[in-house]
Amino acid sequence: MSNIQELNNIASQVRRDIIRMVTAAQSGHPGGSLSSTDIMTALFFSEMKHSPASWCRTGKDNDMFFLSAGHMSPVFYSVLARSGYFPVKELADFRVFGKRLQGHPCVESGLPGVYEASGSLGQGLSVAAGAAIGKKLDKENNYVYVLMGDGESEEGQVWEAAMFAAHNKLNNLIAITDWNGQQIDGTVNEVFGVGDLEAKWKAFGWNVIVADGHNMEAILAAFKQAKEMEAKEEKPVMILMKTNMGKGVDFMEGTCEWHGKAPKPELAEKALAQLQETLGDY
Amino acid sequence: MEKQQFINTGNKDTRSGFGAGLSVIGDENPNVVAMCADLTGSLKMDAFAKAHPDRFYQAGIAEANMIGVGAGMALSGKIPFVGSFAAFATGRVYDQIRQSVAYSNTNVKIAASHAGITLGEDGATHQILEDIGLMRMLPNMVVINPCDYNQTKAATIAAAKHVGPVYLRFGRPGVPNFTPEDQKFEIGKALHLIEGTDVTIFATGHLVWEAIQAAQTLEAEGIKAEVINIHTIKPLDEKAVLESAAKTGAVVVAEEHFVAGGLGELISGVLAANKPAPVEYVAIKDKFGQSGTPAALMKAYGLDAENIVAASKRAMARK
Repeated sequence: MSNIQELNNIASQVRRDIIRMVTAAQSGHPGGSLSSTDIMTALFFSEMKHSPASWCRTGKDNDMFFLSAGHMSPVFYSVLARSGYFPVKELADFRVFGKRLQGHPCVESGLPGVYEASGSLGQGLSVAAGAAIGKKLDKENNYVYVLMGDGESEEGQVWEAAMFAAHNKLNNLIAITDWNGQQIDGTVNEVFGVGDLEAKWKAFGWNVIVADGHNMEAILAAFKQAKEMEAKEEKPVMILMKTNMGKGVDFMEGTCEWHGKAPKPELAEKALAQLQETLGDY
Repeated sequence: MEKQQFINTGNKDTRSGFGAGLSVIGDENPNVVAMCADLTGSLKMDAFAKAHPDRFYQAGIAEANMIGVGAGMALSGKIPFVGSFAAFATGRVYDQIRQSVAYSNTNVKIAASHAGITLGEDGATHQILEDIGLMRMLPNMVVINPCDYNQTKAATIAAAKHVGPVYLRFGRPGVPNFTPEDQKFEIGKALHLIEGTDVTIFATGHLVWEAIQAAQTLEAEGIKAEVINIHTIKPLDEKAVLESAAKTGAVVVAEEHFVAGGLGELISGVLAANKPAPVEYVAIKDKFGQSGTPAALMKAYGLDAENIVAASKRAMARK
């Protein structure tokens, strides 16, 4: 297992990748990508049992990851590339015509690591639940992970899937909410008021863990605890990861302004100056 | 072509053909799984559910989730049949089908029962007449609309064997069961039922039997109508369409669907882009359905042999 310092170093590079990708494309979604960077780094470089080099869409004998909030494609593509699913230099193709790194993740372009298209919100938990059933039918012991946004929980389908997963006792499914409290039009509380997410998920039959989504030790401990809970009780687990939108770049933090906006190159330089290049830029 | 006899071996519902086909393929292939949104009896999926309780999932009244779960199951090599009424298996979950099934090209079979006006007494909320249009607009989607019990059973087995998304449309009422019990179902292959030279009637689903009756009436009046069963709307057998239309020079398309988005528009488009011919539609023109018996509704909305006969004469007059 990578140690905490190593994981933090990777996360710093992933944040650089995110800024450089959206800046080059002059489009894309840095806010949620930056808030979920530590979670995604922990997943892909420590938590998951997966074989990037021999990836296959069946996910057989691998832990599977689904990005439900497809607009977080920059962080997804960065951790996929950095963990060996495809060449790191391909990150330069983000949102470029004719390339595999589409604006939102898809299957059609053939990018390794992407099991299902996402972008239209609220669908990933259902798909992950189906994959979790597939693993149970095949008597596989691997886990299925899915990352959602907190604003995304405004979608009704999320709660259909929540009931379904609990009803079917999917204790091989671990869901994560990037709980950054922001969405396009403002804070989540202002826009729609999803309310007490912890109480809601519990009421829907899940075990719930609340963790600091920017503390690598806390993130890893939450995953460990999730698996312990699932071993003990036949219930899926939701980890509500408290995060800041735009984490790591001072002028992007804690605001919805950078949900789906790319910085101009001059401003990107100011962002990159705050993020250490640890693994070499692509 | 040898002259075929069309004998109704007894009215049967096409949804029962689906249930029977699902049981056959379920017994044969352990990868077949099924889900239903609280309509297991209505979709005749109970035999499969009873025989394979470990491979049957109740989706509850939560169709959007059902489509997504189906997509997730398909990844590991399962062949999920997800079922509901056609209204709730298409329009209600269009975006889920679009992203998680069609765009992602997952091997999900959407089993849509009670399609069209012949759903009957429940009325317009449940009588979807635009589902063929919705589904055929999606890349990667195969759209199948079989005509009777035997054909629906064969189509279900063929859908399971096809790798990729399939929309399988069938209905509620008992209708004449006249196609061979042991038929091979080839996706995308139009079936020539009656040979003719004066007008071609392309029909799909419940309207195929009506087209046969219409051709017999026309024959008595000295008009030789060709009848072709288009059980696969997508991919359309364009060769069969173009060859027959070129031969007869007049076309009727009969379907239990809106004109908008239906088979008629599709065939018109193919003809217009290649070799135009006059086309008459026997379909529902831009209005919702209502409660009634299937027979009363088919008559009231003009979906019967009598209207196919009249449409054939109009098409011929426009040559």
